[in-house]
Amino acid sequence: MNKGVAITGMGIISSIGNTVEENFISLMNNKVGITTIENISTVHTDVIKVGEIKKTNQQLVDDLQLSPENNFSRTAMLGAIAAKQAVKNAGITSINEYKTGLISATSVGGMDMTERFYYEYFENADTEKYISSHNAGDIADKIANELGLIGMVTTISTACSSAANAIMLGARLIKSGKLDRVIVGGTDALSKFTINGFKTLMILSDGYNKPFDNDRKGLNLGEAAAYLVLESDEIVKKENKKVLARVSGYGNANDAFHQTASSENGDGAFLAMEKAFQVAQLKPEQIDYINVHGTATPNNDLSEGRAIVRLFGENKTPDFSSTKPFTGHTLAAAAAIEAVFSVLAIQHNVVFPNLNFTTQMEEFNLVPQTTLKHATIEHVLSNSFGFGGNCSTLIFSKCE
Amino acid sequence: MKKTYINGLGCISAQKTFDTVFLEEAELNENDTILSLKVPVYKDFIPPVAIRRMAKGVKNGIVASTLALRDAQLETVDAIITGTGMGCIEDSEKFLKAILDNNEQFLTPTSFIQSTHNTVGGQIALGLQCKAYNLTYVNGSVSFESALLDAKMKIEEEDTSSVLVGGIDETGDYTMSLFKLIGFIKEENQSPYTVLNSTTKGVVFGEGAAFFALENEKKEHSYAEILDVEILNKLEVQDVEKRIIAFLDSNDLAITDVDAVVLGYNGDVESDLYYKDLADSTFANTPQVYYKHLSGEYDTASAFGLWVGVKIIKNQTIPEIVKSNSLEKSAYKTILLYNQRNGIDHGFTLISRC
Repeated sequence: MNKGVAITGMGIISSIGNTVEENFISLMNNKVGITTIENISTVHTDVIKVGEIKKTNQQLVDDLQLSPENNFSRTAMLGAIAAKQAVKNAGITSINEYKTGLISATSVGGMDMTERFYYEYFENADTEKYISSHNAGDIADKIANELGLIGMVTTISTACSSAANAIMLGARLIKSGKLDRVIVGGTDALSKFTINGFKTLMILSDGYNKPFDNDRKGLNLGEAAAYLVLESDEIVKKENKKVLARVSGYGNANDAFHQTASSENGDGAFLAMEKAFQVAQLKPEQIDYINVHGTATPNNDLSEGRAIVRLFGENKTPDFSSTKPFTGHTLAAAAAIEAVFSVLAIQHNVVFPNLNFTTQMEEFNLVPQTTLKHATIEHVLSNSFGFGGNCSTLIFSKCE
Repeated sequence: MKKTYINGLGCISAQKTFDTVFLEEAELNENDTILSLKVPVYKDFIPPVAIRRMAKGVKNGIVASTLALRDAQLETVDAIITGTGMGCIEDSEKFLKAILDNNEQFLTPTSFIQSTHNTVGGQIALGLQCKAYNLTYVNGSVSFESALLDAKMKIEEEDTSSVLVGGIDETGDYTMSLFKLIGFIKEENQSPYTVLNSTTKGVVFGEGAAFFALENEKKEHSYAEILDVEILNKLEVQDVEKRIIAFLDSNDLAITDVDAVVLGYNGDVESDLYYKDLADSTFANTPQVYYKHLSGEYDTASAFGLWVGVKIIKNQTIPEIVKSNSLEKSAYKTILLYNQRNGIDHGFTLISRC
């Protein structure tokens, strides 16, 4: 087995908690974060449910102690909160002491502000400051500034697999010696842009999302941010760091089927998982838990299910669940929050439940774990698939 | 460790950079604040039915990447990695306006789909039926350099023998008007807009797509080798020289080993301060090159800059139109490229003859 890259810190803010601890308690107690949207006024309020963080932008500004002149988008604020938590959790006090980088991910970027002031910019000079915070890169730049980080900083944007790709790049940067440590993850806030975008694709559910259920109707959007700190073995040893878990495998492949839909055979998903096993030097039977992408769209769960059956064998699939009934689908942050959940699963030896499931899908014999289960968890596989056929898989392993 | 060779190029820009050798048909436009593209014949590359709804960035990305692949005599690649600063901004504008103007009703998905940043990379993969590694970087002026760095790492990790890497950006009318509002773009009626020795803030904007077919194998038609790529979020003006010396040193090179330096002057008097000491002192004895007077400024304009640097190595000459000083060398072996915008997102690239 490939030893993998050490994870020494985590930070998260989602609709089920403002810290790692709060998220864990929610997962252990079926405390779901899917509600009616409050922070954004939209005509779709009554026909969608979302995983909304019940904090206003002003509350986030106060949490970060930003000045009134700030031009942080909500996405940037969520990201900064989670990244700071992760750095603190990793016991880092001098961020530039080693070659450190930030690989962030977002799909919304500053759109949450842009859509508010789009026409107002020309009327009200006070809003102009948000023009420059629209682009994805601004999020990472702001987070780096909040951390006082000077180093390699960049952003990946591949829709719903973004954060997985960020974690993957981070692991590769540590392995190659290009960086000694790296903060990796993603952030996305809810926005009218994405709510309407997904609505036009007709993949939003008007109820609670039911992953891998035969009667699933679609996803619930969510917002969140999560970051991990990855550090080289040299630093772990030198600083006597506690290793939470390791990133042992990763793979990215392209479905090359359609811009938004996944192929029926789940080729991209299959190839991504296969690659992750190659990197981890693990066999499918060594996986104890799959945190599936499981958005509960008719298309994803079928495609992902097919790929899982192809790879693991229909009756040899490990325990699996989607945690999106808890948090909603948090787009570019999804793989990051699910990385945190995967590490929690390893640390506490639990399989989190796939809520809202009642009826098995007719296409194959796959039944998710519907209740909290205590089991020895050595290796967790986490999938995240995005538009543009972008399929990514991560494998997390217990630190020996 | 495997080396990274640039074996194919494809460039769509405000200049005639396809079906030409090296900027012999270049035209300096100092009158417009937004440079328009020299469009290729799209239907030579894309089925006419598909062209109609395709975003500019997607069309240009497909053409430039196809040109690069043909140039490298490759049918497909082991990885597709793109960089873009704003993605297909026209479609973002379209979708957002439709939401606001129609109160979130009567919307269609096409613009939303094309507004996702990795749509160009996804479309190229679809066209090639390429199921390999496919990533998109979106981080201001280092969007392209991030993609290049990843591409080089992929080749060094030895599971990848060929990579298609590119930088794409497009202009959108409303976004350009917002940039004008906050002074990112030069004010109207103040031409000529010169990039060198500018005394005003703001830039002339542009758009384009530049792709490079990289391989771990040197071939007869290879253009150059990529020695190193580095990105850095922040740097003080007074620390630039030190940083560049360190970058060169980590590659066992010194300032005197650099045969030409390509600098990302964009005509914004404050942003360009970063190049002043480099030009006047550090590289006073080095041939200096600039390019944004031809390409315009956009987040991935440095991909056009790399295209210029690579062409210099291939042709062993610097066209007059891109010279920012009058020095020449008899041979151009090693070229350093440096770009940034307003003091953030610094990119350093080192290429050499192979």
